[in-house]
Amino acid sequence: MAQGRIRGKAQLSVYAGLIVLFLLPLILQRFYIYLLSTILLTGLLATSLNLVLGYGGKFQFHHAVFYGVGAYATALMLTKTSLSPWLSFIVGPLVSGFLSLVMGLICIRLSKLYFGMLQISLGSLVWIIVYRWYSFTGGDDGIHGIALPDIISSPNGAYYFTLIVTAACLFVMYMIIKSPFGSVLQGIRDNPIRSEMIGINVRRHQLLALVIAGFFAGVAGSLFVVVDNTVFPDMLFWTFSLEILIMCLLGGWFTFLGPMLGAAIIIALRTFVSTYTSYWALVLGILMVLVIFFLPNGVLGYIEEKIKKGFIEPVIEE
Amino acid sequence: MLEVKSLTKSFDGFKAVNNANLDVQKGEIVAVIGPNGAGKTTLFNLITGILRPDSGTVHFKGENITGLPPYEICRKRISRSFQVVNIFPRLTVFENVQISILSRERRSWDLFTPSSKLAVEETDRILENVGLTKKRDRMTALLSHGDRKVLEIAMALGGNPEFLILDEPTAGMAPEETSRCIELVKGLSEKLGLTILFCEHDMEIVFGIADRIMVMVRGATIVQGSCDEVRCNEAVQDAYLGGSDVCLM
Ligand SMILES: Nc1ncnc2c1ncn2[C@@H]1O[C@H](COP(=O)(O)OP(=O)(O)OP(=O)(O)O)[C@@H](O)[C@H]1O
Ligand SMILES: [Mg+2]
Repeated sequence: MAQGRIRGKAQLSVYAGLIVLFLLPLILQRFYIYLLSTILLTGLLATSLNLVLGYGGKFQFHHAVFYGVGAYATALMLTKTSLSPWLSFIVGPLVSGFLSLVMGLICIRLSKLYFGMLQISLGSLVWIIVYRWYSFTGGDDGIHGIALPDIISSPNGAYYFTLIVTAACLFVMYMIIKSPFGSVLQGIRDNPIRSEMIGINVRRHQLLALVIAGFFAGVAGSLFVVVDNTVFPDMLFWTFSLEILIMCLLGGWFTFLGPMLGAAIIIALRTFVSTYTSYWALVLGILMVLVIFFLPNGVLGYIEEKIKKGFIEPVIEE
Repeated sequence: MLEVKSLTKSFDGFKAVNNANLDVQKGEIVAVIGPNGAGKTTLFNLITGILRPDSGTVHFKGENITGLPPYEICRKRISRSFQVVNIFPRLTVFENVQISILSRERRSWDLFTPSSKLAVEETDRILENVGLTKKRDRMTALLSHGDRKVLEIAMALGGNPEFLILDEPTAGMAPEETSRCIELVKGLSEKLGLTILFCEHDMEIVFGIADRIMVMVRGATIVQGSCDEVRCNEAVQDAYLGGSDVCLM
């Protein structure tokens, strides 16, 4: 079947991509390895957002909170306790997941935009706490020079750690999307009333999706600590949430790897643009407008459409 | 099996359902008829939990189910189809029915088994039963209106219901599709022993398959009885035929 063929090819290119990513440190300079690490972990963050945004249909407007809180939890544990550093990479995501559960319980009753608005308010509250609580979080200075286990403290070590964790998380999220829970989640997105009528407790399923997304955002936050050895309040400022949102839309929010692609484009662009101008926000805004008008399904969505058209003639009968 | 007592629901002061009464015995086919806007769909929404009644009760197998959320009512093995096609537009025909079965089997919390391997046989059996096997892998957006209405019923069957509610199952169907659909509904009652409550504007269909009929006018039940009782009932003649004393059908 044509669809099987497409899937086979997609699988092959994913494997090939992974091999290339594994070999890149052999030829790339340090700076590009750092950039690549950042792209991977931000792509993981965007993918986790897309789990509830594209697949769950929830307007998760302040996803950066879970990223930032995960990063802070990991950083605080690394700097303030003598527990195993590896444990902190689990605790960070768990704290994010828990925060997501609490915020979810408060917001889930609201629909559409109201959900997103309340989330922004609550998230800003968390940001204020992080920003103001000097004695604990370091306030607007953040925490710097975080010491890591030797094996992941070099740029290449951090890169491989990020690559492996990101790949594993993406794999797990892909499994989830293809599972009955994933099908149900997409069903709820498209038609919540019908979903209830076939016996689905809509809110509980959405809540679990929020917790999962929060958890993986926390993983991305922990990876940021590994790659940058630092955390700062801007990580959970709402403008960054907007940026992740744009990554999903740009890459394609109805495709699994779209957000990763979007993250790659935005981060590469930001690195490139900011050497020339300080108007990054303006560039981002223009980019957003272009996407909305010309690529409503994002870059990967567009490509996917083209490929499918090439393979399958649409069957329409009436 | 189902007992509805003096159910009332108003929207901004407008009484869409106003003292509706209905009882359905096990194994029966009961039709609800009434002019446009009589409140039939609203009544079904009240029974299935999509709307909460202002007053009145709904009992199913002796249990009070008034005001329960739809997912709990569905778990009591009451399924329904919708008047306005209400399916999952981004999924295939197969997936639409499968998701309904997975939900019934409480597998919707399963995070790691690929859906594509689950409930395949049962889904295919239902598709076979309703005659959609050939269109199994189509996106539902590409189906004809008639097929989508049938898919509605197939999704309801995925819940393995004892009690099936059909809101104008043949609305908008071509004549030949309509007769296939009627055969299907009859078969469900005869072969699977389902109890069926439906509403329909086409009197030929109503009198053809219903055991009993409930007549609704402006939100209120004016009579419930056998086909013969309803046919020449005066109140029904008033509502439908403007007071002439010709019998319906
Ligand atoms: N959600 C709602 N809000 C406000 N009014 C509503 C709502 N749902 C239904 N109504 C009104 O209630 C009345 C009954 O509607 P309902 O859809 O139940 O009628 P019906 O008997 O199913 O009609 P039809 O045969 O056209 O399907 C109508 O006047 C309709 O406008
Ligand atoms: Mg109606």
